[in-house]
This record gives sequence, C-alpha cells and structure tokens, in this order.
Amino acid sequence: MNAQRRIRIVVAKPGLDGHDVGAKVVVRALMDAGFEVIYTGLRQPPEAVARIALEEDVDVIALSSMAGSHLPFCQRLKPLLEEAGLTDKLWVIGGNLPRQDHDALRALGFKGVFPTGSKLDDIVGFIRENVA
Amino acid sequence: MNDRLKSGQVVNESGIEIKPLYTAEDVEASGGFGFIGKPGEYPFVRGIHPLMYRHRPFTMRQYTGFGNPVQTNQRFKYLIANGQTGLNVAFDLPTQIGLDSDEPLAWGEVGRVGMAVDSLRDFEIAFDGINLDKITVSLTINGAAPQLIAMFLAMGEKRGYDPKKLRGTAQNDILKEFIGRGTWIYPVEPSIKLVGDTIEFCAKEAPKYSPVSVCGYHIRESGANPAQEMAYAFCIAKAYADEVLARGLDIDEFAGRLSFNFNIFGNIFEQVCKFRAARGLWAKIMREQYGAKSPGSMWMRMIAGGGGGGLTFEQPEVNIVRGAYYALISALAGAQTMALCCYDEAYTIPSEYAQRISLRTMQLLTEEMGLADTVDPLAGSYYVETLTNDMRRRMEEVMAEVDRQGGIVKLVAEGAIQSQVSAQAYRMQRDIESGAFPKVGVNRYRSEDEEEHEVKMHPYSEEDTRMQVESLNRVRAERDAARAEAALARVGEDARTGANVMPAIMEAVKAYATVGEITQELAGVYGRYREPIRF
Repeated sequence: MNAQRRIRIVVAKPGLDGHDVGAKVVVRALMDAGFEVIYTGLRQPPEAVARIALEEDVDVIALSSMAGSHLPFCQRLKPLLEEAGLTDKLWVIGGNLPRQDHDALRALGFKGVFPTGSKLDDIVGFIRENVA
Repeated sequence: MNDRLKSGQVVNESGIEIKPLYTAEDVEASGGFGFIGKPGEYPFVRGIHPLMYRHRPFTMRQYTGFGNPVQTNQRFKYLIANGQTGLNVAFDLPTQIGLDSDEPLAWGEVGRVGMAVDSLRDFEIAFDGINLDKITVSLTINGAAPQLIAMFLAMGEKRGYDPKKLRGTAQNDILKEFIGRGTWIYPVEPSIKLVGDTIEFCAKEAPKYSPVSVCGYHIRESGANPAQEMAYAFCIAKAYADEVLARGLDIDEFAGRLSFNFNIFGNIFEQVCKFRAARGLWAKIMREQYGAKSPGSMWMRMIAGGGGGGLTFEQPEVNIVRGAYYALISALAGAQTMALCCYDEAYTIPSEYAQRISLRTMQLLTEEMGLADTVDPLAGSYYVETLTNDMRRRMEEVMAEVDRQGGIVKLVAEGAIQSQVSAQAYRMQRDIESGAFPKVGVNRYRSEDEEEHEVKMHPYSEEDTRMQVESLNRVRAERDAARAEAALARVGEDARTGANVMPAIMEAVKAYATVGEITQELAGVYGRYREPIRF
C-alpha cells in the first residue's frame, strides 16, 4: 500500500449488544498506534457495517462482540462484505468469543480473532503485519 | 510483590493516598467522628436501620433469565428451592431495546442474554407459581421499563395482589445507559421524562414499588473510579428527583422509593468506606438540598455484590474466591440486597452449578461466619473512619465538578462523561497489560495451561426463538384487536400531549399490546437517540 496513507480501520459494534468498554479501549489503542479509526457506535446491523466499510474506504474491518451473537452476525455479514468487494480487506473480531467458535470465525474470513484477554499491542501488531 | 508498595506510596483508585498506619489523630484531621452517628439515625453512615441484618439479613437476588419465560421460570424455582430470597430478572437485548421477538433486528438475539418478553403473557408464565408476597422481584430493564413495570403490576393485579401493596424494583435508570450498558431507545430528554412518569405513577398507584434503582455499577464498569461511581450516580438520582419535583410532588412522596445499584470490585477498604461515606452523603443531600423530612427519603438503599469488571477470564475458578470477598465487602458495607457475579460469567450465562456456588457464598456469610450478628462491625477503626471521611470529600468534589460543567444531563447528552470514563478504562487496561496494576492470574501467576479451566457453555437454540415467536403470534391472534389498537393509540396521544404515559401503557399491556408496539408509539413521538461519538 501507499506509504503516505495511514491504515484506516472501521471498528463496529455488531447487533444489539451495548457493552462498548472494550471497543472504545481498542479504538484508543488503534488511534495511539497512528491508525485512522472510524468508530460506528452501537447497534450496527450487518448492512450498515458493510456500507460504512465501503464508504470509508477502510483497510480493516473490526468487530467487537460481547453478547454472544458473533456467529449469526458474521454469517450474515460475510456475503455483504463479499458483495461490496471488500474481500481483500483485513477482517478482525474481538470480544467474548468462546474458543470453540474461533475456527468457524476464521472460516468465515476473520483472519484475526482476539478473545477476552488479548493484548492491545498484539492487536496493533497483527494489523500492521497483515495490512498489505 | 506489589509495585505500588515497593515504590513506597499507595494510592487507592479514587486517588486517595493510603498511609501505613492510622491513629486517632488521622480521624480528627479528616473531620472526626462527628458525621458518623448511630445506625438508623441521620446521617445513616452506619446503616439505614438500627439493627440491620440482626433484624433482617440482606436479600439474596442472583441475576437470572435466559431463553423463553418457561425456561426462566424453571431456573427461578431452582434458585428459590435453594434458599434464594428475591429474584433479579435478566431480559434479552430485543426486549431491553423495545423490539418484539419477530423483528428482523432481533434475529439471533432472542433469549440469548436474558429472557424474551413480548407481552403480558410472558410475565404470567415467568412468575407462575411464585409467591410475590414472599419473593420480591427486581426487573433489570431500562429503555423498556415503562412497559415492563406496567406488565409486572398488571400481572400481580391479575393474580389478585393489590398494586398498592405490591413490592418490587425496576432498574429504570436510563441516564446511565447512555454512559454504559447501552440499552437506550429515545433521546435523553424524553427518556428522563419517562423515568419521571414511572416515579410519579408508582408514587400514586403502587407506593410500595421501587420504580428506579440508580446505577453507579455500570458507570464503574465503563471506567469510573469508585468515588466517581457514587458521585455520578447521585447526580443522576438528583436529575430524576428534579424531574418529579417539577411536576409538583413533594420530595417525601417519592424519594423513599428510590434505590441504588452499586459495584463492588476493587480494594476491600476503599469499597466499604465508599458505601459508608455515600450513605452519609446521600442523606445530607436529601435533607439539606431537597428538604426531605422522612428518614426513608434519606436512605441510600442499595443492591451490591456484583463486580464483573473485577473478575477474570483467566483462571475462572479464582472468581469464586473474588466473589466471596465481594460478598464480604457488601455485608460489611450494609447492603440491603446482594447479587454476586458467577465465576463463569466472563464466558457464558451462568450454570445452575455456578449460581448455587454464589448463593451458598452469601448464605455462608450470614449463617456460618457471623456477618449478620452486629451492625457495621468496622466502625471505629481509625483507618475506616478516616477513609470514610476522605471518600465522602472526594465524592463531593466530583459532584461539584459536574455542576460546574453544566450538570449531569448536559454532560451525558454531549458524551463528555462517556469520553472521560472511556479514557480511564483505556489507561487501566494499559496498566493491567504492563503489570502496573496487579491482577492475579492475568499479569501475575499466569497459568500456561489455560486449557485446564473448563467452563460449561450455556446452549443457545434457535428452537427457543421459534417457540417465542409462535407464542407472540398466538397472543396477537387471540387478543381483542380493537382494544389493543385503541390502547396503543392512546399511548401515542398521551405522549404527544405530554401527559403521564403510564396509565395508557397500563391499559395497553392489559390489552396484550406488545413491548415493541408500545415502543413504536413512543418513538413515533419522541424520536430515537443518536449516540454522540467522542474520544
């Protein structure tokens, strides 16, 4: 990618979950790392996440899910991101993600899976390494 | 070893320096014993009742609810059979934000983090066979509180209870939802108006019912320190009181039914002193600023014991021990009601097994450990009394700062409080990751083999959603359509004219109008909240 351009990331809160402490902490860490961050706020349906990611021309689509609906949400988001031509972007997800769901999330296209307990520097490092 | 001890200086989370030794001189320097008084007497620092747990132990009220009302009713009965003395109901997210179970946005979320409720029928099922004279019910509901309070009163009435005598609590603290937790529906101003409607309505029609439990809890979870937690909660409680006073009610007509919900994680002494200090401060605010005369209006009645932010995903079984300390703190602090977070909560809806451990933890305190024997047992300690004075002063400073900046309603509407606590949450996360803030099992004594920690995951089934939607369809088909329609029209009409909407909502729920339908009527008038994004 163009060396002049800063990495652009959308951080979205999918579904109806209102627990945004973690999402906001991660937003601050990404901003501190020098990335440009667009935070969507709460209650984004899959259509809105895909639309914002496209409009904002982001390099990374990041979700923060705490209330357990990550799999049904990501299953609906995947075809929308594909339709919008965003398959070459980096998809990552963090939050309350039980271990047995990690493979399913990766199979859906989420290359980065950051369950509770992940370190901020690891998230930042992963994004730097994986944005082409 | 604790780095803070090594450095020679210990400062608690509220920013107060802790000395290695306290003497009578420290108590004097901090303001003396003068503000403490006796239990059951102003300023109630030592407790709101003269005998406290000797008269009645704290109510045990675990947060429970999942799937549909049939499943939740079974869990309620399990807990009651195991000695639980109150209920604390968890609702799913669609219910909390005013969506019916068949709405497209509810897909994948019905019954997931709590019980699904669409109509009065669901309340009839959920509380079937539960004696509401013996077991009080607390509804953890905010945005959709007007509907669910109405459903609870209508359900009770239908079962033959007199609404004038019916006890219970609704969380119904919408201002904190804008700061943390996020189940808001309408913009800030009409949201406060609705809280005022419920308080005014209950003062007249259900005077034993507690329509609001003001929550410092979630503000603390969002990053506030313990002094800010109490200060912001009191600012919010004052905003509700002001709303109701503006309608011409006397403070003593409703203040006695206001209650609080606070967090417990952190340093044992900071927490206990936080509550002792806050009890005195709230009494002082009610008496001096609001002219309350009834002692009940000055009581800071509270539920405490939960503290999800202190529990860890790592080594989850250690959370059982943290929970036991949290229970000890709330008993030492004189909580009226206790609800402990279960050890598996960072993973899943708590299992029956985990719920029972939490319940036994509380029962141990009162029945084996002597925590119900004597009122306010830490009183008189040089350290505790000094820190109580210091904490009260710190809370007053935070409240004064809020006033200087234009008041809590303005600061919340602008997103200023949200931004402040979120910045603090970020700093705390950095401190935990660097090890500067000790967290056992996380930044110390980590176990390499995390696989050994088995937590049984609560199953989620789409079959439950299908059953709930079927039940909703049946209610819609069987109800008196004309009555429901007329009642809903009146909800919209009363919202437009600015009347108290609670009588219309009571009629609507009795006509089996749904949570979602009533929300639509109100949102049609009030509009919907748009979150300010501010970092």
